[in-house]
Amino acid sequence: MENRPLEYDYTVAKMFMLTTILTGIVGMLIGVILAFELAFPGINTILGDGLAEYTNFSRLRPLHTDAVIFGFTLSGVFATWYYVGQRVLKVSMAESGFLMFIGKLHFTLYVVGVIAVIVSLLAGVTTSKEYAEFEWPIDIAIVVVWVLWGMSIFGLIGIRREKSLYISVWYYIATFLGIAMLYLFNNMEIPTMLAASPAGETGFGAWYHSVSMYSGTNDALVQWWYGHNAVAFGFTVPIVAMIYYFLPKESGQAIYSYKLSLLSFWGLMFVYLWAGGHHLLFSTVPDWVQTMGSIFSVVLILPSWGSAINMLLTMKGEWQQVAASPLIKFMVLASTFYMFSTLEGPIQAIKSVNAIAHFTDWIVGHVHDGVLGWVGFMIMAALFHMAPRVFKRELYSKSLMATQFWIQTLGVVLYFTSMWIAGITQGMMWRAHDEFGNLAYSFIDTVTVLHPYYTIRGVGGLLYLVGFLMFAYNIYKTMTSGRRVEENELQSASPMGA
Amino acid sequence: MNIAELQAYGYFALTIFMVVILYSYIYHLYSKKKNADGCDYENYSNMALKDDVTDTPVSAISDDKEK
Repeated sequence: MENRPLEYDYTVAKMFMLTTILTGIVGMLIGVILAFELAFPGINTILGDGLAEYTNFSRLRPLHTDAVIFGFTLSGVFATWYYVGQRVLKVSMAESGFLMFIGKLHFTLYVVGVIAVIVSLLAGVTTSKEYAEFEWPIDIAIVVVWVLWGMSIFGLIGIRREKSLYISVWYYIATFLGIAMLYLFNNMEIPTMLAASPAGETGFGAWYHSVSMYSGTNDALVQWWYGHNAVAFGFTVPIVAMIYYFLPKESGQAIYSYKLSLLSFWGLMFVYLWAGGHHLLFSTVPDWVQTMGSIFSVVLILPSWGSAINMLLTMKGEWQQVAASPLIKFMVLASTFYMFSTLEGPIQAIKSVNAIAHFTDWIVGHVHDGVLGWVGFMIMAALFHMAPRVFKRELYSKSLMATQFWIQTLGVVLYFTSMWIAGITQGMMWRAHDEFGNLAYSFIDTVTVLHPYYTIRGVGGLLYLVGFLMFAYNIYKTMTSGRRVEENELQSASPMGA
Repeated sequence: MNIAELQAYGYFALTIFMVVILYSYIYHLYSKKKNADGCDYENYSNMALKDDVTDTPVSAISDDKEK
């Protein structure tokens, strides 16, 4: 063995930081294009009729959602795992050649998967299941990537020095198990080439096409059990894992109540899986499933707020740090937006509210104050905290961070306020009728009224994208030209240049 | 007894069971530090705060690895 002191090895974490930033830029850029396509439909064919196939809303929409979910968010989850995992288990990846190999293989296959997804979705190859558009060969590749991540998690846990698992590790494990279960069941599909007609014909469709094993109402139930819990185990659980590590670490404060963090964990695990039925209110699924979905959604406020309040109380007596550090600002605003969207969601899941909100832009607004305000802010904050430690350099610019914070906060506020107004206007107009029950408005009437709000939403999204580019630039400059720092400067608050 | 009544009794029993589990867990979290070998759960926060590779683990998995 070499005589060097043991250090954490962030090689794989750095690789995933890169894909977090790249897929974030791609996903958010497409999102902004889509927002302006809704406001100004001419943009659908901006590159001419010949290329309209690749620029229209319906072709780009799954690319946006999948790039930000499976690209930006998952990369962020992996990047933080390969950083946090080592530290709270007090074991370095450099201690295991096998785990290092698995980590690099995990990253390599993940990149191959991302490229396959981008190419196939751009080519219009899709299963047409929302957030599960990938055809079966890609699904199999994703399962392999996931299993590799599992090997990394449990391998690192297997060689740990710390006997107990820190609360973040619980959340990462839950992410791994939750998504594994959801993804496998929702993507059960049969390649069409294996099908046969009663007349004996075989080999239908291209080799990569498939049909779901579920149909009709069953398909809807499995799809939204998956869809909602993708929010649970992709957008909530791993992000809570991040904030439970990064906020205490950056602020130097112990978690306000470790016991509350455990209680919220089990509460979240028990309640979340039953709430998906709220996506199918007033549809053909059994009434008791709809009622259960509504009730569990409301109960979900408790564990969600348990975590969020725990984070805000961690800052008790230390609120001057929020004013002083843009990094703390990002995390405190993230937990505030977490509280906000976990209150808004249950409200929308109440049947009488859902009667207005269903299928409207209010839902889109809800998703985005969650993902932009909570997920996006927390992942960026995590990367900001990690950058000085993995590159051994000071964060390039504090003022750039602060500017980015305010630009993006303004962007999120414009986004969700415009979608509130648009959604409720839409819902009311769709329902309005005269005394004979004739609808008062046709669909195009709502489109005309909504135009200004769609424009405001586009501007909000653009501001967020601009902020994200500032983030990418700041991280790039940190990596290349930040002042070099010593280990003792990295104990709690991150060092930042002017 | 028809199926609806059975469901209602089952639902009631399950709710009581879950409430008992929940409060038992809370009791366990608070009472554990008073036991002879107990530990204060709040100490686990230090796993994040003292997470250098050279820091002493909050509860080490074995003595030889701790060194």
